[in-house]
Amino acid sequence: MNDMKIPSMADLMAQGKSPEVLFWVGCAGSFDDRAKKITRAFAKTLLKAGIDFAILGKEESCTGDPAKRAGNEFLFQMQAMTNIEVLNAYEIKKIVTTCPHCFNTLKNEYPALGGDYEVMHHTQYLRELLESGKLKIEGGKLKGKRITFHDPCYLGRANGEYEAPRKLIETIEAEFVEMRRCKSKGLCCGAGGAQMFKEPEKGDKDINIERTEEALETKAEIIAAACPFCNTMMTDGVKNQEKEGSVKVMDLAELIEMAGSL
Amino acid sequence: MSFGIENFLFLIALGVAVFFFSKNVGKIRRNILLGKDLDRNDNKPKRWGNMLRVAFGQSKMVVRPVAGFFHILIYVGFVLINIEVLEILIDGIFGTHRVLAAPLGGLYTGAINFFEVLALLVIISCVVFLWRRNIARVSRFHKPEMKGWATKDGNYILIIEIILMFALLGMNAVEHNIEGSVAAGFAISGTLAPILSGFSQESLMIMERVFWWGHILGILAFLNYLPFSKHFHIILAFPNTWYAKLEPKGKFPNNETVTKEVKMMMDPNADPYAAPAEDAGEPERFGAKDVVDLNWVQLMNAYSCTECGRCTAECPANQTGKKLSPRKIMMDVRDRLEVVGKNIDHNQGKFIDDGKSLLDDHITREELWACTTCNACTEACPVEIDPLSIIMSMRQFLVMEESSAAQELNLMMTNVENNGAPWQFAQADRANWTEEM
Repeated sequence: MNDMKIPSMADLMAQGKSPEVLFWVGCAGSFDDRAKKITRAFAKTLLKAGIDFAILGKEESCTGDPAKRAGNEFLFQMQAMTNIEVLNAYEIKKIVTTCPHCFNTLKNEYPALGGDYEVMHHTQYLRELLESGKLKIEGGKLKGKRITFHDPCYLGRANGEYEAPRKLIETIEAEFVEMRRCKSKGLCCGAGGAQMFKEPEKGDKDINIERTEEALETKAEIIAAACPFCNTMMTDGVKNQEKEGSVKVMDLAELIEMAGSL
Repeated sequence: MSFGIENFLFLIALGVAVFFFSKNVGKIRRNILLGKDLDRNDNKPKRWGNMLRVAFGQSKMVVRPVAGFFHILIYVGFVLINIEVLEILIDGIFGTHRVLAAPLGGLYTGAINFFEVLALLVIISCVVFLWRRNIARVSRFHKPEMKGWATKDGNYILIIEIILMFALLGMNAVEHNIEGSVAAGFAISGTLAPILSGFSQESLMIMERVFWWGHILGILAFLNYLPFSKHFHIILAFPNTWYAKLEPKGKFPNNETVTKEVKMMMDPNADPYAAPAEDAGEPERFGAKDVVDLNWVQLMNAYSCTECGRCTAECPANQTGKKLSPRKIMMDVRDRLEVVGKNIDHNQGKFIDDGKSLLDDHITREELWACTTCNACTEACPVEIDPLSIIMSMRQFLVMEESSAAQELNLMMTNVENNGAPWQFAQADRANWTEEM
């Protein structure tokens, strides 16, 4: 698997080609060591399914989501307009991203600033690939594993997508178990609204601990996530509960890649 | 009966009640319109649908089944029993007595029977709610912001409703014992009637008047209590759901003032030394420091809140002991707006700066920074109030006007600005992950 080449938009343009879909990697997916594994897993699946895709590479920049949620509308719009210039220059039509925050911002907040694209979260995209038969997975390594799913706020409540991630878990024939609070009532991991980048306010508990405890109550072996920030928060929570030996936090892109690999 | 002194008194009572109610509703309307303009008149069919489903159909109330069930009983009871108030109004004005009984015949008896059953169900529901609040002490009714008036208000409403329902049943029970009455043998009052059978006809006639007057004066008094109470939600729930945000919850509005500035900054042909036009006026404040910086929908949200606390119960920050409570945000906006409104009343229609603001005097920075923007509060609200949008407006003020975010957040923003990521990594390294495929 070492010679897998991920094309960039600039490369393709030089060859006079334009790919079907842009994979928006996001900052966590580009720089965070844990999230980079998610990025690679998703990219491998795209290659395996023979998808015509590319990344922006060094031309990608933060969508501005953390700045906007922190209240810095100015910085957000500067980021957005700069990104939109790049995206429009490449005549991007369709974007897929492994980060629900990028997904939400690109999909909902860019159009009014001149950036109108079809934007999909990777769980939606993978579901589509499986349903169209472009990607085939039958049970595989994860068959029968006890898995729970933590709904990312910016995929679930923010955009009403609860089914795609659950369909993926169904595909890998895992033993799926819901947490007490799920779907529209799912509890936040504690990272949203730029909380990821600051210490929490004074309280009697950290939000990720509260959520992790609930996930552990399900006795799942794997806590499935669909957001790099949720992943960090839940992984920290599992460590805090000293369960890292028996419980893994994994992104759905990783589970799909793992189930399908030989 | 015919027109006499009683009808005259009734007209005065009705006039006074309607006058003061309109006056106070007018003040609330005035206060709401102190907010900034916001056009929410798009997509009318969807807005009507939303209002019908959420407010009229109570769709979000039943998410919590126990509270939802009893709330629907009170709601249906309130709406339907008020049909009977129509008859009371006609009787009161024209000196008739149960004017609809003869023309409606059997339908009238059926309707009154139905109302009586509803009245009983309303009484039971109110007792259940009093029990939940005061004996079972459901935790969301006992958060710090619920001290004092907020708790009393809730109890007063329930007690008044019980009294009004008893007045209605009592009135019918008295009439049951009056010879030749058209109102005899109803479902609930008929079984209560024997208690009163020992009284003379004269006493019963007086008692009937006392109950009749008690009931209608109670309703008129309750009407005038609404503008001062969280119970005003029975009116504003409808426009509030009509004007609610229809877009995905994750879509936060783009601040248009900022868009203009950013576009100008990015335009290579813009004149950096251009002076603002003479008629430009004061530049608008970024974000919200006080209630007048919020938009009118956000202010209407505050008057629509009935302090049920479902938002706070679902808030991850509140659940983990942080100071943030979305309900308190709404209560604070209303409290501050009331202060601003009174200030305007006392100063001949103009607001005189009182040196106070929504920020700091009501809502602390600690509360604002505890929000994860997860939308659990907006999802939970049965009338589609949006506390999150207020938190975001106020964060915008803190960051763009005061530059007073936490140090770590400033660092994050500096990184985004300098190297296009919230951490200090070079943008040129963004594709490094591909090397380890």
